[in-house]
Amino acid sequence: MLGFESRVATRFLREGRMQTVLIIVGVAAGVAVVAYISALITGLQRNTIEKTLGAQAHLTLSPRDEVVLAARAAASAGTSELVQTQPRAQRPRSIGNWQLLVPLLEAMPQVAAVSPMVSAAGLAVRGEASKAIALVGVDLDRYDRIVSLRSKVVDGTARLGPGEGIIGRDLADDLGVRVGDRVGIVTGGVSDSLRVTALVDLGVRELNRRTVIVPLRTAQSLVGLPGGATGLDLSLVDIWSAQTLADDLAARWPYKAESWQQANAQLVAALNAQSVSTALIRGVVLIVVVLGIASVLVVSVVQKQREIGILRAMGATQGQVLRIFLLQGAIVGALGSALGVLLAVALIWAFTHFVRGSDGLPLFNITLAPALALRVAAIATVCGVLAAVAPARRAARLDPAQAIRL
Amino acid sequence: MSALAVAALPAPLIELDGIRKSYNVGLPNEAEVLHGLSFSLGRGEFAALIGPSGSGKSTLLNIVGLLERMTAGSYRIEGDEVNGLDDAALTLRRRSTLGFVFQFHHLLPAFSALENVTLPALMREGRITPAQHERARAVLAAVGLGDAMGKRPGELSGGMQQRVAIARALVLEPPLVLADEPTGNLDTASSDEVFALMRRMHAELNTSFLLVTHDPRLAARCDRVLELVDGRIVQDGASAVPAA
Repeated sequence: MLGFESRVATRFLREGRMQTVLIIVGVAAGVAVVAYISALITGLQRNTIEKTLGAQAHLTLSPRDEVVLAARAAASAGTSELVQTQPRAQRPRSIGNWQLLVPLLEAMPQVAAVSPMVSAAGLAVRGEASKAIALVGVDLDRYDRIVSLRSKVVDGTARLGPGEGIIGRDLADDLGVRVGDRVGIVTGGVSDSLRVTALVDLGVRELNRRTVIVPLRTAQSLVGLPGGATGLDLSLVDIWSAQTLADDLAARWPYKAESWQQANAQLVAALNAQSVSTALIRGVVLIVVVLGIASVLVVSVVQKQREIGILRAMGATQGQVLRIFLLQGAIVGALGSALGVLLAVALIWAFTHFVRGSDGLPLFNITLAPALALRVAAIATVCGVLAAVAPARRAARLDPAQAIRL
Repeated sequence: MSALAVAALPAPLIELDGIRKSYNVGLPNEAEVLHGLSFSLGRGEFAALIGPSGSGKSTLLNIVGLLERMTAGSYRIEGDEVNGLDDAALTLRRRSTLGFVFQFHHLLPAFSALENVTLPALMREGRITPAQHERARAVLAAVGLGDAMGKRPGELSGGMQQRVAIARALVLEPPLVLADEPTGNLDTASSDEVFALMRRMHAELNTSFLLVTHDPRLAARCDRVLELVDGRIVQDGASAVPAA
C-alpha cells in the first residue's frame, strides 16, 4: 500500500538532501522545545504541588463558622428593622458525629485516607523561651497516610504515645530542644508537657517553626474538646478532584469543606498562568514548525514541477501526487519528532545533571513521560501532514502538459 | 464494400474528428491553434507528425496524449469517446493506453535506469512483482542498456537516456507510444540509433507510434506522414518526404 507514493516521496526527500536535513533539524528543534518545556513545567508543577501538599490535606472538613444573626424586631406594617452585628470570635469546636463521618468518607471511591485532627493555637515553653505554635492532635497512623509524616522525620523516631510529641525542626532549634527533651505546651488556660520523640522537616520553614504534633487525645484535653475533632483531613486518589468533592460534601452535609486549591488559591492561579503560557509557547513553536515544513515543500513542488508532469503523463493520478507530498510532510514530521524527542531527553538529562540547588541536589526531578513524548511526536507528525496539504494540492493540480514544458 | 467486409475491419486505435483547440477562450486574445482536424491511427502504424514550428504539433500530441483537453471535437480511443471524461478517468486511460517519449528524456533523476523503467508498474499496482522486474530488465537489455541499469540518468549520455525513456514507454506494452521530438536533442549518430530502436520495438511489439519530428530524414523513414500547417492537416499519406 502506498508503495509508489512512499518510494517517490522518500526519493524526492533524499534528492533534496540539504533541504531535507535542515527541515528535519528544524522540526526536531521545535519538538525538543515543546517536549522539554512540557516536561519541565510538568515537573515544576508536580514538584510545587508535592511540596505544597506534602504538609497539608487535599481536602479538610471542619465545622461551619459561627455566625451572629441579626436580631429582628417584629416588623410592623410597612417597616422592618435591621440590627447591626459584629462577627464573633471563632472558638475551637468539634465536628458533630465525626466518628460516624469517618467510615462514610472512607467508603467514597475518591477518598484515599481520612484522619481526624484537633488543631489549636498555643505556646511551646522551654525554660525562658516560649514560641507561638500550631498544635495538631492526630492519630499518627492515619495522619501518616495524609502527609507521610514518617518520611519527613529528620531526627528520632515518629511515635505518639501518651505524653509524647513531634515538633518541627526549626522550632526545636528556636527552643534548643533535642529528641528526648521535654517541652511545655500551653493552650488557653491548660498546660501540659511532652517528650519530643522526633523532629520533622515539613518542607516549609514557617511550618517547621510552628508545628507541634501530639496524640489526638492529648490535644482534645489541651483544647477542651474531649472526644472531639476540629477537622477531618482527607487524602484523595486524584488531587484535581478536590474542589468538586469539596463542593459536593459542602452541599450534602452541614460542614465547611475546603479544598487544597481554595487553601492555596494564589498558587493555583500561578500554576494556571504557567500552564497557559506554556500552551502559548507550544502553539507558537508548532506554528513555526508547520510553516517551516510548508515552505520547504512549496519550494520542493516548484523544483519538482517537471518530475510531477512526467509522473502525471505516465499515469499518476492527482491523488497519487497529493499523497506523495503529504507523505513527505509526514516523513519529515516523524523523523523530526524522533530526533526532537531524543534531543529533549538530552536536554532533560543536562538539566537534571548540571542545574543544581545550593545543597548540590537537582532543583527538582523532571522526566519525559513516554506518553508525553508520544503525544508530542504524534502532534508534530500530524502537523507535518497538515503543513503539506497546501503544497500537495498545488502539486496535484499542476497541468501536466505545462509542467513538462518547463 | 459489403456490410460484412466493413464489420470485419479492425477499429482504429485512435480516431480524432473535428478537433479544435483554442487558448484564452472568451478573452480578447482568444486564439484557435487547431482548426477542426481529423485523422485516425490504426494498430501497429508508425506515423510521423511534421510541420513548421507553431503549427500545433505539440498541442495535437498533448491532446492525443490526454494531457490537454480539446475545445471541440470527438476523440475515441479503441472506440471509446474520451472527450468529456474527468481527470481521473483520463489519467487511467493514459496509463493503460499510452507511453510517452519526450525530447528531453524526462527521466526522474533520483531513480536509476531500472527504477525509471519499473515506475509505471509500481504506479499501477503499488508494488513490483519479480516478473515485472524481469520484464523491465529484459526491455532495458533490448534497448542495449543491460550494463547500465543501476546508473542514474545523470550518469548516462543523451542517447542512453532516450533509450531508457523508450524502455519506460514500452515496458507495459501500451498500444500507442507518443514521441515528441525524441531525437531532437541528439547528434545524428545517436538520433539514428534511437530511431532504429523505435522501429525495432515497433516491429517486435506491434506498438503504434506517433512521432513528432522536425527531422525530414526520420519522417521519410516512417510508414505514414501527417503534415500540419497552421493547425490543419495538409498532407496525410505514405511518406513522401525525401530522406536526406
